[in-house]
Amino acid sequence: MTHAKPGAHGGGDAHHAPMSFWQKYIFSTDHKIIGIQFLFVSLFFLLVGGLLAMQIRWQLGFPGKPMPGGSILPQTMAPGGVILPEYYIQLVTMHGTFMVFFAIMPLLVGVYANFLIPLKIGAHDMAFPRINMWSFWLALLAGLIMFAGFFVPDGAPRAGWTMYAPLSARPDLSGVGVAQKLWSVSIVVLGLSSVMGSVNYITTVINHRAPGMTWFRIPLSVWALFITAILGVLALPVLQGAAIMLLFDQSLGTHFFDPVAGGQALLWQHLFWFFGHPEVYILILPAMGMVSEIIANGSRKPIFGYHSMVFAIIGIAFLGWIVWGHHMFMSGMNPTLGSTFMVSTLLIAVPSAIKVFNWMGTMWRGNLRFHVPMLNAVGFVSMFTIGGLSGIFMAATPVDIPLHDTQFIVAHIHYVLFGGSLFALFGAITFWYPKMFGRMMSEPLGKVHFWLTFITYNMTFFPMHIIGMGGQMRRIYDPTIYDFLKPQQPLNVFISYSAFALFAVQLLFAFNFLWSLKFGKKAPQNPWDDNGLEWSLPNPAPHGNWEKTPNVYRGPYEFSSPEAEARGTDFLPQSLKLPTDHDPLPAPLPATH
Amino acid sequence: MHWWLPPGASTFAAPIEHLFVAILILTGIAFVIVEVGLAAFVIRYRARPGRKALYTHGSTRAEVIWTAIPAVTMVVLGIVSNHYWVMIKDKRSVPPNAYHIGVHAKQFEWQVTYPGKDGKLGTDDDFTIRNQLHVPVDQPVAVELSSEDVIHSFWVPQFRLKQDAVPGMHIVAWFQATVPGEYELGCAELCGMGHYKMRARVFVQTVDEFNAWSTQQAAGGTE
Repeated sequence: MTHAKPGAHGGGDAHHAPMSFWQKYIFSTDHKIIGIQFLFVSLFFLLVGGLLAMQIRWQLGFPGKPMPGGSILPQTMAPGGVILPEYYIQLVTMHGTFMVFFAIMPLLVGVYANFLIPLKIGAHDMAFPRINMWSFWLALLAGLIMFAGFFVPDGAPRAGWTMYAPLSARPDLSGVGVAQKLWSVSIVVLGLSSVMGSVNYITTVINHRAPGMTWFRIPLSVWALFITAILGVLALPVLQGAAIMLLFDQSLGTHFFDPVAGGQALLWQHLFWFFGHPEVYILILPAMGMVSEIIANGSRKPIFGYHSMVFAIIGIAFLGWIVWGHHMFMSGMNPTLGSTFMVSTLLIAVPSAIKVFNWMGTMWRGNLRFHVPMLNAVGFVSMFTIGGLSGIFMAATPVDIPLHDTQFIVAHIHYVLFGGSLFALFGAITFWYPKMFGRMMSEPLGKVHFWLTFITYNMTFFPMHIIGMGGQMRRIYDPTIYDFLKPQQPLNVFISYSAFALFAVQLLFAFNFLWSLKFGKKAPQNPWDDNGLEWSLPNPAPHGNWEKTPNVYRGPYEFSSPEAEARGTDFLPQSLKLPTDHDPLPAPLPATH
Repeated sequence: MHWWLPPGASTFAAPIEHLFVAILILTGIAFVIVEVGLAAFVIRYRARPGRKALYTHGSTRAEVIWTAIPAVTMVVLGIVSNHYWVMIKDKRSVPPNAYHIGVHAKQFEWQVTYPGKDGKLGTDDDFTIRNQLHVPVDQPVAVELSSEDVIHSFWVPQFRLKQDAVPGMHIVAWFQATVPGEYELGCAELCGMGHYKMRARVFVQTVDEFNAWSTQQAAGGTE
């Protein structure tokens, strides 16, 4: 085998020299391996978050009854299997924390920004592979610090994943000493990891695109991940700063957030949500990007309105910075400010509508192939729509008054993060599984998993709108002590049974994922007949990706074009040179690390 | 089983419910367009032998339509919503004739202070009762919210009123109850271990009943 362009490749010998297991899989600087590392770790935290959710649902469905298997928990959490109020708050706090920071965010960004960006733009690796490696290890460290909270005196944090001060700042008020500090430390470490990753993604997209990969030939997944990285690099430091202030309040006796000595309780909320709303878009934009790839592929049609899809991503990201106050309509923030935030929030419906209708436009008059990724992508569009529409109720400030801090918002966030992000991830994991592991996941199992998930998911989360309208507050340990909530307890029981079923169905996915690693069908080179550059490589792709940097001749969505038909197919890979194509000018920088 | 907002018992209930229904209709239309459209496309355009996908990159006209309609709808919705928002929550919206009651939240109880005979808070004849909010019907009531320790949230579902009580801040929220009866006041913001049981009884009474009760309490009597 020959080295392409020796010297262009920083550590050229890394290309083919045999590496030990440790070099290859543990201290790897290969963006693909780092993506896979993120995948395993964040799937683990997804499982942890799911197990916490099951306990929440047990308590809400059957308050005060001993939980099956709960007797293995220590006396300080669930004596005799009966969940204690203090443990219940740990459950809701850590479910939110793990799912947002250690499951969905790393699954979307850690896994797919790492894995897809270089492969889809024709780069040999990330711009800064060692920083990239550190980004993974710091994320894992942050996760372990967070996880440790369950094993220290007083147990895990008890102030909700939003950590509203002064409850989070004062151990005498929350009843938690060590773990509240661990939360702050973990978030600071995670922010560091996230910024390292984001800097890498931004630099790589700007500098390491293959010749011919112009800005408007970049696949939408990469556009979304690029904009997400910009959000990350600007938003995470705000959270880090706030977490450091919180840590000082918790341990050094400062009072940034405690009015007892001149602090401001609302300052935390402003800082948290100034980070938190862009964070919400960090959790959905990559999903939208990957769904765009899958829908174009499954429809065998170019994406409908590529340019407006790009501008909608940018528009959502921009609006994300000026809507944080909609989390604070009831907070005591000046109501006049509430009017401003309402209008900016309602405007998010515009780019969101563009995206949904353009996905539908892509499917219109297509030739739809319902492979598992496509099923999940269409599931994403239909469920994200519900999550987006329910947001309008809460954006309209007067209607938000009865809905704020009730189960209605719990329904909303899960329609966006589960119905949205997680369905997109089921699609993405299945779609790029062959590229990661060289094998296919089982198609029949994937279909069964999709349909059962789609049904049990709606049974779980749709009724939450109803009990939220009925007034059930978030994070309450026992709704049945309220007269106005008692009549709807049967619905709480129904939701709990549905949630258990939903969890059980996810074991199918876990089985399919793990089983296929070893026993899945060997993947052909281009199993989905896709145009992306990544499919011009073998499965899995080698370290360094390309022997020779590919040339790009067209956009990524030329399905069913006349040129494709002339070849007797309905797709046209980006790097395929037709007789009429001219080679693009060489890239200004070598597309290597 | 109850499938709707709890029965309203304040003057805010009707406008909020109208707006709720309006949004339900708007989002319902969008919901049907998207979901029925998706279902139709899934059935109609599924792959079959000999079927060919249409090669198109989009339609500016269609995109302008589905950009403009949501944009206009949202701006109108914002203007209408703001009208009610100002009416309910604006600092100047508290009616001048409102009866002021102090509500001091602390882990995990509501301390309700009544103005006594002189009708003014902060005077000697004020009296305080734990976890009982008595208000006269058909009379604007202004709740002066404060907190001892952490953030709590004053929430009476039937009044459609929710307002956080924040330590270090003095926040006034008002409402006018319309239906005499007994209700519950819950805490809507996680405030610690006892968050779930931070509950008070709310009694909406006729003006005569309320005055009689208030006089009796001010005299140090029990119920």
